[in-house]
Amino acid sequence: MWNFVSPRIVFGEGALDALDELQGHRALVVTDINIVRLGLVDNVKAHLTKAGIDMHVFDQVESDPSVQTAYQGAQMAQDVQPDWIIGLGGGSPIDAAKAIWVLYERPDIEPAAIAPVGDLGLRKKARLITIPTTSGTGAEVTWAIVLTDTTEKRKMGLGHPENIADIAIVDPEMAAGMPPRLTADTGLDALVHAVEGYTCSWHTDLTDGLCLHAARLVFRYLPRAVSDDRDMEARERMHYAATCAGLGFGNAMASMAHAMGHSLGGAFHVPHGRAVALFLPYTIEFFSSQAPDRFAELAASAGFLNAGGEQGARQFAHQIRRLCHDIGNPNSVSEAGIDRKAYEEQLDKLADDAMNDTQMVTAVRTPSFEETRRLFLYAYDGRIVDF
Amino acid sequence: MAFKFPSDEWVKEFARQINSSKAYEESGKDWEGDWIFTVEADDAYPKAVYFFIGLYHGKVTDAALIESENAREAQYFMRGSFTTWRKTIEGKLDPIQGLMTRKFKLKGNLAKVLRYPRSAKELVNCVLRVPSEFPS
Ligand SMILES: [Zn+2]
Repeated sequence: MWNFVSPRIVFGEGALDALDELQGHRALVVTDINIVRLGLVDNVKAHLTKAGIDMHVFDQVESDPSVQTAYQGAQMAQDVQPDWIIGLGGGSPIDAAKAIWVLYERPDIEPAAIAPVGDLGLRKKARLITIPTTSGTGAEVTWAIVLTDTTEKRKMGLGHPENIADIAIVDPEMAAGMPPRLTADTGLDALVHAVEGYTCSWHTDLTDGLCLHAARLVFRYLPRAVSDDRDMEARERMHYAATCAGLGFGNAMASMAHAMGHSLGGAFHVPHGRAVALFLPYTIEFFSSQAPDRFAELAASAGFLNAGGEQGARQFAHQIRRLCHDIGNPNSVSEAGIDRKAYEEQLDKLADDAMNDTQMVTAVRTPSFEETRRLFLYAYDGRIVDF
Repeated sequence: MAFKFPSDEWVKEFARQINSSKAYEESGKDWEGDWIFTVEADDAYPKAVYFFIGLYHGKVTDAALIESENAREAQYFMRGSFTTWRKTIEGKLDPIQGLMTRKFKLKGNLAKVLRYPRSAKELVNCVLRVPSEFPS
């Protein structure tokens, strides 16, 4: 027995009009200051005004939101008493919105204990709308919440299926202002979701198709979306690819590239998509000796001729490195600009955090501590994994 | 030889497997907390059975079949039907997915359990290594 959970997804041109019909009194928009500056909050406000809903804004979400930020937002929610919470932005504001919603409804729970076990009893005070302004995280359709424990410099994988959004508004116009770097980083995150969702040990027939299609879309449209920011077709297809991949991995799981990426991001603040995409080929090579077939299938589905088996999986890792390189993303931790000495000093912690990341439980080959350490070292130098 | 589930011999063999696991020793090196596993009666098994497993810094301190959930002190409790446990022991059900679909129920400090997904996974690997035999 398993579940497939999804919000109602309103997508396409004019999708924001769905807000005009909303029933309620007060909305708390959870976002960041950049989204305010881009005028996207005003855009949402215009629609909420039509619905007669009073809008309040919490715009203090930082990239990699912390536990403290979630508490601050929840305090504002307690003051405002919204009946809608709206997560507006990239993955960080949307994840923060989910956490704020849980803490608003369940102040007795500590953030680190938001886990998919038992009942949360949400929706007594408010419901959640998610509006992504980047094309990649899929956070609009998943229940996963990543919060950073700033004391331990550690990202925590949290969430409960109940904290999935009621409505996801997937309007490509909302992501039309992304600069090329952000397009590349977030678009690669979608690729990693698709690949890990398809290959992790929790994948199912209900998620496979979404992941295969999302991966195909990313290989086809991401280079165009990065190289020409006026290519609206490419941007639109990438926006939907992200949501498809989110539904796919969100109802299966991510895996080791996310575990390693979270670990690196917790210690060095590398943008999420950049970090997980960087590690993905190394994890594929590590898996390829034991479970290569699904990687080869993905490669074939994305239109790459390959030999199948271990060689096919390794060829797929190479295709991913090439895509990253072509859109200007790093293939190694050193290319990501991290100092070797600082990295080596953190190596044990990086390995330990990755091994204790919740995404690690679905890895199709479980690495030992020593192997994880070596993977981090190979990824620093850009060496092909040979163990 | 196979060990009859559920029995005292079975849980002691489970403990032996944990204590010979390098991966568990490594991943549970900071863990402090004792568990009681409850096997609830269902159509396939007529009465409830309780196991105590004491875990401290990567090793089992004690493991035994006990009389009730209150017979020993523990900080963590996991309950599931006989059939759910059987599927887990036979490797047909991932217990983490079992928890998410409420086949298993867990009581205890969740934030702390979440810090140790790897040792949870290694405990599952240990359970799979116990040659088990079930009443027909
Ligand atoms: Zn991701």
